[in-house]
Amino acid sequence: MTLNGILQLVVYFIILLLITRPMGIYIYQVFAGKKTFLHPVLRPVERGIYKVLRLDETKEMNWKVYAVAMLLFSLLTMLLTYLVLRLQDILPLNQAIDGSGTHIGKMPEALAFNTAASFTTNTNWQNYVPEAGSYAASGAASAGSGVTYFTQMTQLAFHNFVSAAVGISLAIAFIRALARRSAREIGNFWVDLVRCCLYILLPVCLIFAVVLVWQGVPQNFNDYTVATTLEGNTQVIAQGPVASQEAIKMFGTNGGGFFNANSSHPFENPTPFSNFLQMLSILAIGAGLTYAFGRWVGNQRQGWVIFGAMAVLLIAGAFVIYGFEAAGNPLVTAQGVNVATTDTNPGGNMEGKEVRFGMAASSLFGEVTTAASCGAVNSFFDSYTPIAGMVPLLNIALGEIVVGGVGAGFYGILVFVILSVFIAGLMVGRTPEYLGKKIEARDMKMVMLVVLILPLSILGFSALASINDIAQHSIANPGPHGLTEMLYLFTSSTGNNGSAFAGITGNTDFYNTLGGFAMLIGRFLMIIPILALAGSLVKKKTVPASVGTFPTTGLLFSGLLVGVILIVGALTYFPAYSLGPIVEQFIMNAGKLFQVG
Amino acid sequence: MSELNVNNLQAPVNSGVDLPGGPNPKNTLASAPGQPGNRPHRASSIFDPVLIRQAIGPSLAKLDPRVQLKNPVMFVVEVGSIITTISFVAGFFDGASQKDQFFVGFTSLWLWFTVVFANFAEALAEGRGKAQADTLRRTRTETLAKVITRNQAGTPEVETRELPASQLKKGDVVLVVAGQVIPGDGEIVEGIASVDESAITGESAPVIRESGGDRSAVTGGTRVLSDWIKVQVTSNPGESFLDRMIALVEGANRQKTPNEIALNILIAGLTIVFMLVIISLQPYAIYSGAPQSTTILVALLVCLIPTTIGGLLSAIGIAGMDRLVQRNVLAMSGRAVEAAGDVDVLLLDKTGTITLGNRQAAEFVPLPGINVRDLADAAQLSSLADETPEGRSIVVLAKEKYGLRGREVADPSVEFIPFTAQTRMSGINFDGTEIRKGAADAIVKYVRSRGGAIPPQLEEVVSGIAKNGGTPLVVARNDRALGVIYLKDIVKGGIRERFDELRRMGIRTVMITGDNPLTAAAIAEEAGVDDFLAEATPETKMKLIKQQQAGGKLVAMTGDGTNDAPALAQSDVGVAMNSGTTAAKEAGNMVDLDSNPTKLIEIVEVGKQLLMTRGALTTFSISNDVAKYFAIIPAMFAVGAVVANPSTSQDYLNYLGPLNIMGLTSPYTAILSAVIFNALIIIMLVPLALRGIKYRALGAASILRRNLLIYGLGGVVAPFIGIKIIDVILTVLGIR
Repeated sequence: MTLNGILQLVVYFIILLLITRPMGIYIYQVFAGKKTFLHPVLRPVERGIYKVLRLDETKEMNWKVYAVAMLLFSLLTMLLTYLVLRLQDILPLNQAIDGSGTHIGKMPEALAFNTAASFTTNTNWQNYVPEAGSYAASGAASAGSGVTYFTQMTQLAFHNFVSAAVGISLAIAFIRALARRSAREIGNFWVDLVRCCLYILLPVCLIFAVVLVWQGVPQNFNDYTVATTLEGNTQVIAQGPVASQEAIKMFGTNGGGFFNANSSHPFENPTPFSNFLQMLSILAIGAGLTYAFGRWVGNQRQGWVIFGAMAVLLIAGAFVIYGFEAAGNPLVTAQGVNVATTDTNPGGNMEGKEVRFGMAASSLFGEVTTAASCGAVNSFFDSYTPIAGMVPLLNIALGEIVVGGVGAGFYGILVFVILSVFIAGLMVGRTPEYLGKKIEARDMKMVMLVVLILPLSILGFSALASINDIAQHSIANPGPHGLTEMLYLFTSSTGNNGSAFAGITGNTDFYNTLGGFAMLIGRFLMIIPILALAGSLVKKKTVPASVGTFPTTGLLFSGLLVGVILIVGALTYFPAYSLGPIVEQFIMNAGKLFQVG
Repeated sequence: MSELNVNNLQAPVNSGVDLPGGPNPKNTLASAPGQPGNRPHRASSIFDPVLIRQAIGPSLAKLDPRVQLKNPVMFVVEVGSIITTISFVAGFFDGASQKDQFFVGFTSLWLWFTVVFANFAEALAEGRGKAQADTLRRTRTETLAKVITRNQAGTPEVETRELPASQLKKGDVVLVVAGQVIPGDGEIVEGIASVDESAITGESAPVIRESGGDRSAVTGGTRVLSDWIKVQVTSNPGESFLDRMIALVEGANRQKTPNEIALNILIAGLTIVFMLVIISLQPYAIYSGAPQSTTILVALLVCLIPTTIGGLLSAIGIAGMDRLVQRNVLAMSGRAVEAAGDVDVLLLDKTGTITLGNRQAAEFVPLPGINVRDLADAAQLSSLADETPEGRSIVVLAKEKYGLRGREVADPSVEFIPFTAQTRMSGINFDGTEIRKGAADAIVKYVRSRGGAIPPQLEEVVSGIAKNGGTPLVVARNDRALGVIYLKDIVKGGIRERFDELRRMGIRTVMITGDNPLTAAAIAEEAGVDDFLAEATPETKMKLIKQQQAGGKLVAMTGDGTNDAPALAQSDVGVAMNSGTTAAKEAGNMVDLDSNPTKLIEIVEVGKQLLMTRGALTTFSISNDVAKYFAIIPAMFAVGAVVANPSTSQDYLNYLGPLNIMGLTSPYTAILSAVIFNALIIIMLVPLALRGIKYRALGAASILRRNLLIYGLGGVVAPFIGIKIIDVILTVLGIR
C-alpha cells in the first residue's frame, strides 16, 4: 500500500459521505411527494403519465397488491426481453459486426432465458458477449451470443432503469412500513416506479452520460469499425450508444457492460476521472437512502447508524483487497519479478488490472461493485490473490448490504437490523422493538426466510455444480480456485450482482439455466417475504421510545449490526471458503501451485 | 400501651380517606404483607440433590422422538445421535479400525449427552415446579364440605349435607365455621370471619373476609379462624385457584409465550441454515478430494446449531413462571409475564402501595397562647383509647417528641368518648375536664356550644395543613381550642428509590388517588412518582389507561374492587389482589396471593429478567460458533502434516493447518473437544437458566453494553478456552 493509494481510498470515502445527505434529502422529497427543484419541469410529465395509464396517484396499496404489481411488471418485462432476444436478428438497429456484413443473430433459448432473467433482476450477469463477432473472424454461430443496438437500448437499458427503480421503490415501501403506524398501505408501486425513473434516474443519468462522453465514451449507432493494425492484422472495433447505457449501469447498480470487458474497456471507462465518478455513482443512491430513511422516520441518527455499519464493512473490505493485492503474489516474486512499489512500478499483484487505474482504484472498484449489487468491474477477480478475491465473494454472499444495490441493499440491511434487534434486544428485558415496532413471531418468520434464501441458492447450486461433471468442464482452473469460480458464479447470480469471477465458461445450458433460476430466486423469493414483513410492520402500533427501549442509534448498535452480519454471514460460508480461497491463500503463501498427480 | 411497629400499620389498599378516629374493621385484622422481599420465598436450592435425582429419570424418558419433535434444535441433535450410533454399530461389521470406532462411539455418546443434558435442564425446571406443586397439594387435604340444603338467613344453624370438597360444583353454597377449611374458591354470601390464608400466601396474619364489598372472596384450602361464613362456590372441580396454580408450576400443558415462539423461529431458522451449510459441505469436500465421514459432519452440525439456547429455552420459561409463583403471583398466562417485562407505565394506587395504609400524626400545631406540650398532652389523652392507627400514632408522636408516656387510665371516673359518624369527634372526660379531638367544623361547633371563642388563627392553620396534603384534627379542652394535630400520609420507606429504579428502566409511575389535586401533588412530589391522577374514579382511571395505550404504551395496574374490573381487563398487565372480588380476579391476568400492591414492581422485574435471560443465552449460543469452526474445520481437512512436494488434493488441504489456532492435539481430539464443550456448556448454564441472569435496574443502553460484553464477547472467547482445556484433558487421558 502506498500513501497515494490510501489517499485515493480516503478521498473516495469522504466524498461518498459528502454526497449522502443531499442525495438522501432529494430521494426523500421525491418519494414523500414533496416539491423538488425539478417539479416545475417534471411534474406535468408525471401527471401526463398517470393520465395515460389511468392511474390514481393518491390511491395506495397494501403489501399484497404492491407485491403482485411488482411481480406482474417484472414477469411481463422479462417475457418481452426474452422475445426480443429471440427475435433480435430480424428487429431493427442490428449493427454489422465485421467487414463482411455479418449482423447479430438470434440468441439461443438458454442464453436468452439467462439474459432476460439477468436484466430483469438487476443482476446483469452476462453469459452473452455484447460485441460478439468483433473478436474473431466472426461467424453466424457466435453472432447469436451478441446483442443488437435495438436490444441494448429497448431492453437492456430499459431494464437497467426499471429494475433499479423497482429496487428503490421496494426500499421506500419498506421505509414507509416502518415510519407509519397502525396502517395497511405501503405506497403505490406504479407511482413509486414512475417517480424513481422520472425524478431520480433519468436526470442523473442524463448529466452523467454527457460527462462520460466528455471523458471519451462513444455514443453512436455506427457499425463496428474494421481497422488494420500496425502489424497488418484486422481488428474489429465495437462501439455504439455506450455513454447512455454506462450511466445507468453504474447509478442503477446494474453493472452489465456494453462491452464484454466492462469498465476496464477504454470505451466504457476511459480515464481515472471517469473511473472515480463510476465508483461514486455505484454507491450514491444506496448511501442516500440511509439518509432518506433517517429523515423519513424522523430521526436522522437511525439513518447514520446504518450508514456507519455499512461504512465499517466497506472500508474494511477495500483495505483487505488493497492490502492483499499490494502485498502481491510470492510465486511471482519467486520468478524474479520486481513487485516493489516505486514511482514507475505499481508493484504488488497487477495481473488482471488496468495500468491506467492502478492498484488502489482497482481494489476499491472491486470492493464497491460487490458491496453494491452492481457487478461492473474494472479488474478481474479471478486474478486477485485468493483472500482479496474472497472479499467480493463474501460481500455478495452477505447479501450486498454494504450500501448495497439500489434499494435492495437497503431493505437487505434492514432485515439484518431487525435480526440484530431481535437477537440482542431481548437482553434489555423487553420484547425486541425497532423504531417502536415490536418484532414478533410473524416478523421473525419472514426475516428467517430472507436469511435462508441466499445460502439455499448459493450453497445449493454450487454444491450441485461441484459434483457435476458437465459443470466442471467449464472450470478453467482445477482445485480450490475452481471451487471459488463455481461459488462465485452462483453467489453473483443469487445476489443479483452480475460480476463474474471469470475463469469459468458460463455460457452452457447448465449454467445458463441454473444461473437464471438463481437470479430469479435471489431477487423475487427475497422480495416476497420482505414485502410481507413490511405488511406486518406497517400494521403495528409504534411504542414511544424511553430509556428502557433498546437503543438502535449510536456506535454500540452499529457495532452490534456489523457483528451480527459477520457472524451470521461468515459462519454460513466459512466452511465452503476454507476449501476455496482460504486454502488457496495458504498454498500460495507456501510458494506452491495447485497441481495434482 | 405497646410500642408501635411501623410494619403493622401497613394495611391493604382501600382504607381510603377514612375520617379520623373512625375504626375501620376491615383493616384491624388485615394481613400485613412486609416490604417486598422480606418474606422468604418458598424456593428450593437449584442443585437440591433430591431434585437432581428426580430429574434424571425424565431426562431419559424425554429422549422419545415425539417429545423432541417439539424442539427442532434438539430433535436434529437426536437424529444426529442416532445416525452416529448406527455408524458406530456398522463399524463393527465394516471392520473399522479400533481408533476410528472409539472416535465414532465417543462422539456418538457425547451427542446423546447433549440431548440428555438439555432434557435434564427442562426436567429440573419442571421438578422444581413439581416440588412446589406438591407443597401446594399437601394443603389440599380432602375436606368434607357442608353443602347447605335449606338456608336460613342470619344464622349458621341451617340444614346441611356433607360432600367431599372435590365434588363441589359451581353454585353450591357451603357453610364454613371456625376451625374448618374452606372447601373451594368462592364468594361469601353471608357472614364475616377471620381467615388464615397462610396455606396460599405464606402469610401468617389472619385476614377478615365478609359478604358484600370488595373482600368477599375466599380461596379453597384456607382456614376459618373465627365466626362463620356461607360461601357460594365459584369454581368447578379441578378449576380452583389451587388447581390452576399447581398446573402452572408443574409446567403441564405449558403454552409457549409470544417471544418464545419468535425465538424458536430464529433458532429453527439458524438450524436450517447450518443444515444447508453441512449438506453442501460434503459435495465441496468430495470436489476437493476429502470426503467426510457422517460422524464428523454430524459433529460439526451439532456444534453449529444453537443447541445451548435450544436446550435451555423451555427451562428458562418454566423457571420464569416459577419465580413468579415463588413471589405468590399467579399468572393466567405466560403472555402476561412477558407483557410485564414490556410495561411502560405503572398505575399504582396511593394507599397501600405508595403510602402506608393510614395517616399518621406528624406535628402538633398550637394556637397562640397555648404551650405545645399542653396541646400534645391533651392530644395524647384524647387518643389513649383510640385503637385506630391514627390514634396510636398521636400517642407515639407525643411520646417521641415531648417525652409524654402513654398512661394506663384505669380510673373508673374516666370516660372515653368514642368516635361516631354523627359527632365526628372522639375524646375523654375526667375530673370535669373534657378533651375532644375531631374534624375542624365539629370541634368549632363543640367549642362554641360551650360558650368558647375560636381564635381567627385556627382557620388559617387548618387550611394550611389541608393544602399541604395533610388532615387537620383540632383538639379542644373544655371551651378552648388548643391547636391542631397534623395528620399526614406516610410514604413507604424505600419507595422513592424503587421509583427511581423504575425510571432508570424507562418505566413511568402514575399514582392513582381519590385525594384532591393539591393533596395528590404533595404526596406525588414526596414519593417521587412521575405523574398522578387525582380524584380518580373508575372512569377516569379507564380513560387514563386507554389514553396511554393509544400512545402505544403498555400499562400495568393493580386492583381489587369490582369497579376496578373494567380497568384491569383493559390494562395489559392487570394484577388483581387475592383479597379482591371474583370479578376483579377474573378481569385481571394475574392474581397476587399476598394482596400486596407493591408486588407489581417485582412482577415487572421477573418479566424483564425472563426476557433478558433468553436474549443473553441466545447471544451466547450464536457467538460460541466462531471457536467451533476453528476447532472443526482444520480437523476435517488438515488431517496430516504438510509435505515438501504436495501431489494429492489432501496434501494441499493440509495447508489449512494454521487455522488450528488453538493448537488442538489431533483431528479427533479437536472434534471431540468441540462436541464435549457443546454438551457441557448446556449443563453449566442450567443454574443461570433457572435463576435468570443478574438483573439490574439500569437503562437499556447500559444493560445492553454490559450484556453484550458478557454474553456476546464472552460467548466468542469462552469456547476457545473451554475447547482447549478439554483437548488438553483428552490428550492427557491418552485419547488422540
